Order: sequence, then structure tokens, then C-alpha cells
Amino acid sequence: MDTEKNPQEAGLFRASVGPHISSGESVPHIMWTVSAALMPAAGLSVYYFGLRALLILVVSMVSSVAFEALTQKLTGAKITAGDGSALLTGLLLGMNLPASVPFYLPIIGSAVAIIITKQLFGGLGYNIFNPALIGRAFLMASFPRFMTTWLVPHGSLSLARPDAVTGATPLGILKEEGYDKLLSHFAGRHDMYVQLLLGHRGGAMGETGVIALLFGAAYLLYKGYITWHIPVTFIATVAVLTAVFGGDPWLAILSGGLVLGAFFMATDYVTVPQLKKAQVAFGLGCGIITVLIRLEGGYPEGVCYAILLMNCFTPLLDRAFKAKKFGEAPVK
Amino acid sequence: MRITSFKGGVHPPDNKKATASLPIVDAKLPERVVIPMSMHIGAPAKPVVGVGDAVKKGQKIGEAQGAVSVPVHASISGKVIAVGNFPSPMGADAQAVVIESDGKDEWADDLTGHEDYLSLNPDVLRNIIKEAGIVGMGGATFPAHVKLSPPKEKKIKYAILNGAECEPYLTADARLMEEIPGDIIEGLKIIMTILRVTDGFVGIEDNKKAAIKAMTAEAGKVACELVVDTYYERDGIQYDVPKGCRMGVRVVPLPVKYPQGSEKQLIKAVTGLEVPPGHLPMDVGAVVQNVATAAAIYQAVRFGRPLIERVLTVTGPGINEPKNLRVRIGTLFEDIISQCGGINRKAAKVVMGGPMMGVAQASLGVPVIKGASGIVALSEKEAVNVMDFGPCIRCGRCIDVCPMGLNPSVLGQLIEKGRFEEAKEYGLMDCFECGSCSFVCPSGRPMVQFIKWAKRELAKKKAKAS
Repeated sequence: MDTEKNPQEAGLFRASVGPHISSGESVPHIMWTVSAALMPAAGLSVYYFGLRALLILVVSMVSSVAFEALTQKLTGAKITAGDGSALLTGLLLGMNLPASVPFYLPIIGSAVAIIITKQLFGGLGYNIFNPALIGRAFLMASFPRFMTTWLVPHGSLSLARPDAVTGATPLGILKEEGYDKLLSHFAGRHDMYVQLLLGHRGGAMGETGVIALLFGAAYLLYKGYITWHIPVTFIATVAVLTAVFGGDPWLAILSGGLVLGAFFMATDYVTVPQLKKAQVAFGLGCGIITVLIRLEGGYPEGVCYAILLMNCFTPLLDRAFKAKKFGEAPVK
Repeated sequence: MRITSFKGGVHPPDNKKATASLPIVDAKLPERVVIPMSMHIGAPAKPVVGVGDAVKKGQKIGEAQGAVSVPVHASISGKVIAVGNFPSPMGADAQAVVIESDGKDEWADDLTGHEDYLSLNPDVLRNIIKEAGIVGMGGATFPAHVKLSPPKEKKIKYAILNGAECEPYLTADARLMEEIPGDIIEGLKIIMTILRVTDGFVGIEDNKKAAIKAMTAEAGKVACELVVDTYYERDGIQYDVPKGCRMGVRVVPLPVKYPQGSEKQLIKAVTGLEVPPGHLPMDVGAVVQNVATAAAIYQAVRFGRPLIERVLTVTGPGINEPKNLRVRIGTLFEDIISQCGGINRKAAKVVMGGPMMGVAQASLGVPVIKGASGIVALSEKEAVNVMDFGPCIRCGRCIDVCPMGLNPSVLGQLIEKGRFEEAKEYGLMDCFECGSCSFVCPSGRPMVQFIKWAKRELAKKKAKAS
């Protein structure tokens, strides 16, 4: 060829097996998108619980990323702490905490979530349990007083740890004092639903503001980052079972961490089944365990443990429901 | 007819605009061609010419070896200047005959065609197709005559032409269907005569409106009478069709989705039937050939011309003037690209075929072979770098898009750990390596490479055991 030679023409083209193009989707993009979908709910909790809530979230995220980088450096693994996955874990852990916890709690929780639950199992893709939920469960067992002291929304900009204005969660009141007593806190049943939907109540940061969570979840569903199979089955199972046992299904959906858990934790790719049918079974199991704990267990809320217990069954469920191969079914 | 598309598939940007409306032009007569003896699946042909021999266009230069093999022909007239190992676009160096042109471009004298070709005996037709060296031109390069020789007990009901062209960038088949629909339909009629079927189909993706229009017009003219006895089956009852009955060809617009042009997926779209795992299309009564193959069959049977040239699309951001070219087999990539304004600095990867299933080329000193449907020069931006892959995050995107209903995520992880036998239980052998899984993988995992490797390791193990 008489044209001016460039480096490629000297025979330096890249060779590899196809496909040679890709959709451009990446792990960081997925993680950032899910984190972004949590922003309305995070924003609402900052609005309700003040700057302290923001600080708890930031401490949780920063420590998660730091622990990931540290573990990877110590074990000599490739450092991928910037891929957004540790950040998302930190964000989810933070949203599982009350805004009133001392600042060392999210740090301890992040250490448990990232170092023990994720990195010791092999890092991204290899962990069996949802890291943020293990972090929360650890804190719940170790610091029950902090973890069950709930702030009443106040919108304070003070960073001091408030200890005066605390209140129980709706599910806590329901468990200890009953439905009528809970209802008496509101101007009627309709008002209760609206207040719960808007998140004007005590609870972990991510439990409040159901409407903001649903907004983020709708975005993820629309964009195809999550599918309906687990969240819808999970929530429907809780509602139906609660109604069967004489409870208020709407209260069951709107109170506690069900919406956060169903749309953002029980959809964590790594720890839930891959096959759609197995996902429905997973959602069903989560729903049953949640209601069992809420009605019969010692805790007022069971979403966290329900998801963690079902995480154990993920490999079994994926094996139990084999997908139909092309041409496998008899032709009609 | 209701079109039942397959489950799964992906929608890569089609990038066909650059060449979709460019008519096919004849490439310059090459000064030199390198013709590999293996441009087909099966045993390589054996050279029957030596250095110094004068050859003419269409003259046989390599003899088929065994049943699954085809002969190879000179694509220009001139003198043989070398017989030996040369770089091949399929990877390792392969035996090839190098011919230097005498500039005369003369046909061999002994090539005879048949005017009354539909009245020929199927065995005669099969032999003409074999002797013409015709292979699947969509890229699979399986000898055409073998596919047209189903065992007696397999009743063939559907002769299907593949005009899907679902690979991004490629427009060669679409242009053929627009420009020479007559050749393609005549080729299909020859195929139908050989297989003794009355129902012919042409599947074309719905985004090729002009091709569908041209082919539908041509198919409408098909009302030729069968000159041999045949039969067809409907609702389990077999009907004998004596000679004199009419053949019919229907053009079927297909949903636009990759890999719609895969054989099994095409059969499903056209007939509604799914070929079971481990079975062949003939097991559901279907035989599929590419549209370019059909045109080549017509050329061989009607005019006695062996397969010595093909149409391919030269395109991509790395090519200055994208074109649809009719090229002699054995022309080097660099000679073709220089006729397309040359390659530019954007080119990071050069692929023979489409960007999904094509074969990446390290250098441009390789020849065009019978299965080369395109030369695509991809830019750095779009060409994936497989070195960067991460762990599986189990997101399940690959499961959603797998047209075979497999779990590429599990397959990849098993193979990564060397657990090939278990991968087999998960359907390793059903994978036809379309690459949809890797295309959507957010971790950039090279599933096709894993799968090719596992298949090869299992084959090695099997060869060792026997």
C-alpha cells in the first residue's frame, strides 16, 4: 500500500474471540444507578432527621469504600473499591440505621459488611449474604439499645446526638401495645396510611419515606435494573399473609423496612436467585418469614432476617428451577 | 402466518446505514490471490496444481477429500507461483495455492451449464453443487451438498433461505436480494427440486424493506411445475405430490433481533418448530441455506461456474469509503481495503464477518475466503477489550438474552474453574456461540471464549480416550 503507514497497518490489530462489540453496560454503572435510585429516599430522611442523618450516611459509605480498598490492598487483590459496589453497600447499611446512632456504629457495621461478609468470601460476586444486612444484623445483636432507639422526625440541623425526642416504630407499637393504640397516634386509618407513605414516623432512615423509595424503585424497574419477580412476590406475600392472620395488610406494607428490603436488598444480584421462577420462590419465602417474625418472633420487624435466611437458599433455588432450553419442550 | 420469534436475543446498533444503499461494485481484478485449501468445515482439499502451472478462472486447483469436503478453484487466470502455508483469516497458517494474474481473466474451457436445470436428477444437481465448491456463505462454511443430502428416512418439508443478515454492519446479503433476487429464487428452486419439497421460504429481517419487496416480487413469479414426484405432510398425513404440481415460495419478514439469522432460530420463526437439543434442522424437516449460497448454486448449475467470487461488505469507522464489493476468493484484505479509501487511525480491530460472530484479524495480509461476509474495521471506542473482565455478579442478563435458553453465567463460572464435564450438563454443547451473553455482560466476561475453550478441551479428552 502506498498510503502513509500508521501503527495498525504494521499488523498491530487486536485479535480476540467475538463478540467484538458490547452493550456498554458495566458494574460501576449499575451500582451508581441503584445508588442514584436511593437518593430520593436518602434526601427525605435527611429532611426528616436533619444533617445528622446525612452524616451517618456519609460515614457509612466512606468507611465501606475504605474497608474494601484496605482489604484488597492487604490481600493483594486488584483494587476495585471505586466500582460503586462498596459505596452502595455503605449507603444501604446507613439507610438501615436510625439517625441517632453514634458515629462509630456505621463504621463497625461497614467493617462487618465489607471485610467479613464480602471480601473474606472472595469479594464481589462471591458473597453468600447481603453485606449491608449482615452489617445491620451484627449491629442489632451487639448494640440493641442504639439500634432500637428511634428518632421522631424533627428536621433539626444540629449534629449533636439527640436523646430527648425518641419514639417507637409503628411496628414496635403494634407489637407491644396493639393496633388500636397505634391507630390512636393518628387521626384515623386513612391518616395513618398517608403519614406512613410520606414517612413521617420513627424508624431507620430508609424505612421512612416509602413514597420516595417507590419512586426510586419505579425508575429501576423501568430501566430494567431490577424485575418485579422478587419485590412484588415478597410484598404481596406479606400483605396476603398479614390479612389472613387478621392484620392490616396496608399497614404491613407501609410500616417497617419492607419496601426498602423488597426493592433494594432482596434484588441484590449476587445474593438472590438468577432464574425468574426461583426468584418468585425466593420472594415467597421472604414474605412468609417476614410475617412469621412479625407475628410470632421476638422482634417487631423481620425483613432483614427473612432476606438473610433466604440468601442461604439461593443456590438450591437456582438448581431447583432449571430454565427451559430451546427445543426442549415437545413441539405442539 | 404468525411469526413466533425465539426467546432472548439482543439489539446491537445495526450500523448498516453506511452501505445499505450502495450498489454492489466489482472489485479490481487482483494481481495475486492466495487461495486456502480449507475454506469449509471438513477435510481440507488437496492441491492438484504445482508451481509453474498455468491455470484459468474456474479451474479446479484443489480436490475434495472425503464426503464432507469440497474442491477449490482458481479465481483468476494466471500462473501458480507457490503452494505452501500462508496466513489464513481462520487463525493458524494453512495450505494455500498462490496464483499470479496474467491479466486476461479467462474462464476454463470445460465449464458447462444447464439450461433445463430443474429437470435434472437430484443426484446430478448435488454433484454439480459439490464440484462447484459451494459452502454455506453466511459464515458457517458447511459444504452445501452435504446439507442437501439428508438421509432417506428424514422427510424434508421446508426449504428455507436465510436472508436475515442479523449481524450489525453487514449489508452484502441485503444488496444481493435487492439486485439479483432472480438468481436467489432460481437457486432456491434448484434446492427445492433436490429436496423434493413444494414449500420454499425466504426469511428476511423486517428492517430490509427493499430486499423484502424485491424478493417478494420475484417469489410471486414462482409457479413452476414440479418435474419430479414429491410429497408433503400436513397434520400427520402424507400427501403424494405427482410431477406437474406447483412449487410456491413465500417471503417471511422476521422480527429484527440478533441472532435471528441463526439456523435454529430462523426455523422457529418460519415454521414454528424448535429443533431439539442435539438434533439437526432435518430432524424437524427443514433445510436452511444462505441467500448468497442459493445465488452461487444457480450460477453453478445454470452456467457451470464454480464458487470463485463473493459479495462482502467492507465497512466500519476504520474504513474511509465503505462499500459492498464483489471480490475474487483469495484477494488479500489489504488489496480490498485499499480500494475502499484505505484504513484510518480509528481502526482498532479488523473483523472478518460481523462484529458479533466474526473472526478478528491481527494483520491485513490474509485472503478473503468463501465464508467472508464482510470486513469490518471497528473503532477503539466500540471494540471490547476482553482483558478487562471481572467476576460474575450474577445479574442474570445473559440468561435473559440466551437464544438457546442456557445459563451462560453458570457455564462461564464452571469453565473458569476447569469443570468442563459439569458445564456439559448445563448445555455447553447446545451453545452456538452467538455471543449475546458477552454482549450484555456488565463484567465484560468472555463467555464465548470460555465455551470454545471448554468444547476444545472436551474434544481433546474424547480423542485421547478413544
